[in-house]
Amino acid sequence: MFSNEKAKSYEQYVSQFTPKPKYFYNAVKAFVIGGLICMAAYYVQSILIEKGMGKGDAGTIVTILLICTAQLLTGFGWFDSIAKFAGGGVIVPITGFANSMVSPAMEFKKEGLVLGAGSKLFTIAGPVLVWGISTSVVIGIIYWLLTK
Amino acid sequence: MDYFWTFLIGGVICLIGQILIDTTKLTPPRILVIFVVAGALFTGLGLYQPLVELGKNGATVPLPGFGYLLAKGAMDAVREDGFMGALTGGIKNSAAGIAAAITFGYIVALIFTPKSIR
Repeated sequence: MFSNEKAKSYEQYVSQFTPKPKYFYNAVKAFVIGGLICMAAYYVQSILIEKGMGKGDAGTIVTILLICTAQLLTGFGWFDSIAKFAGGGVIVPITGFANSMVSPAMEFKKEGLVLGAGSKLFTIAGPVLVWGISTSVVIGIIYWLLTK
Repeated sequence: MDYFWTFLIGGVICLIGQILIDTTKLTPPRILVIFVVAGALFTGLGLYQPLVELGKNGATVPLPGFGYLLAKGAMDAVREDGFMGALTGGIKNSAAGIAAAITFGYIVALIFTPKSIR
């Protein structure tokens, strides 16, 4: 009985010092930064289309630019600082996927070029590709069954 | 107006991700998987295409856009090549991005060394 009370009072005491996640502030940051990245992508894509590039190609180039930028920033060690601030704003766009490939590969390259960097490139990208590609195949087959 | 919708839709998708990170115990890799699969499923149901038309890059740059690319590729290819399209379409449609991410990512990983977090 006594120890139970003591535990409770200790819990209250601790909760005074535990920082509460700033849900609202984090959400606003993710919203604004994520939105800005998409807007920047749209801006660059519009310029490419204006210069006579096809819509599909322009979209692909913009995606590749985003991927390469995020991977370079990861190489310089800046992406983590940005992600600490922006959270979902840079993790949810394709930049987060690009970062998730480089950072474990860089970390584990001392284990070799094949089983180190080569395999760790897919620590997180692997599951994403497995799930994404499998889902697309299943959807394709269902679509084939429905339309044949 | 296009910029407004791009900002809004891209922002909202990232906002959903942030809320998942803060309020659930899902780790970022799981969230990435959920977003890609959700994007593919919504595309299959015909719900994502309108979002892409309205939100442009706001819908294609976040990860559900990757799922959209995969599922749309599979469906378009089925329409053209029949059954084989279901197997080839998804990867074909996203090949450039995947190949670039792998090649450039590997080069970057070899050139740079991890920085210790200060």
